[in-house]
Amino acid sequence: MRRFTPFGVGLLFGLGLCLSGMTDPAKVLAFLDLAGAWDPSLAFVMAGAIGVAFVAFRIAGRRGRTLAGDPVILPAGQSIDGRLIGGSLLFGVGWGLVGLCPGPAIADIGFFDGRAALFVLAMAVGMAGVAALPALRVLAPATSAVEDG
Amino acid sequence: MTIDWIHFTPVSALAGGALIGLAAAWLILANGRILGASGLLGGLIPPRPGDWPWRAEALLGLILAPVVARLLFGTASPTLVAAPATLIAGGLLVGVGTRLANGCTSGHGVCGLARLSPRSLAATVSFMAAAFATVFLARHVL
Repeated sequence: MRRFTPFGVGLLFGLGLCLSGMTDPAKVLAFLDLAGAWDPSLAFVMAGAIGVAFVAFRIAGRRGRTLAGDPVILPAGQSIDGRLIGGSLLFGVGWGLVGLCPGPAIADIGFFDGRAALFVLAMAVGMAGVAALPALRVLAPATSAVEDG
Repeated sequence: MTIDWIHFTPVSALAGGALIGLAAAWLILANGRILGASGLLGGLIPPRPGDWPWRAEALLGLILAPVVARLLFGTASPTLVAAPATLIAGGLLVGVGTRLANGCTSGHGVCGLARLSPRSLAATVSFMAAAFATVFLARHVL
């Protein structure tokens, strides 16, 4: 069961993205277009996901341990700084340009979509850039040794 | 504001969202990790000994999900119409931005908000605002 977990989590995550409509950039952009014909569906995706996850994190927080007894690793960073806000703004612009955020972009490769693959390739290059450039870290030091997500 | 009632799908949106929440619940309760797509991929660049296999397995499940979703839900292929230059620019911005911010829609938007993290709330408000503004500019101004 534990061995199967990462694959199963990825599969379930992807099934949720597909069923909810998040894998379709046209639907995502229709949600982000407040001034157009607005499709509020994705607010329901967030509500459903957060509702279920909220209960799980309460349980995990109280236990402090996984079901198998391993420690729960929660993000240590608390500070709201320029790196967090600036990075999020850049991410939002990219999301708005194409209608893909990381999870749906990766899943869309499974539809054998070459455009999604190109987007994910560019995304990986961007991630490698942040990992490789020590200058960026000097300008905006990491606030947390543990990633938020 | 005009609501597009024809394309509005509250039931499948809520159900799909619940599955995403269940995936996050499974990972935190079984492995003690936060579910975040940008973290899953970003943690592989570069890969670290002992840390990469679970990430690769989760990403494999994510990529195979559409094959199963077609059978289960009849999910149609995505309508991705952006030009290659836009895809590259958007991908670079999403890659750089999510690594600087340590999270994306899943890590900050779902898990962070579910954990009541002020840091994730600030990130979510920022990327949502930037995305709304970008779509407004692209569709109604430029």
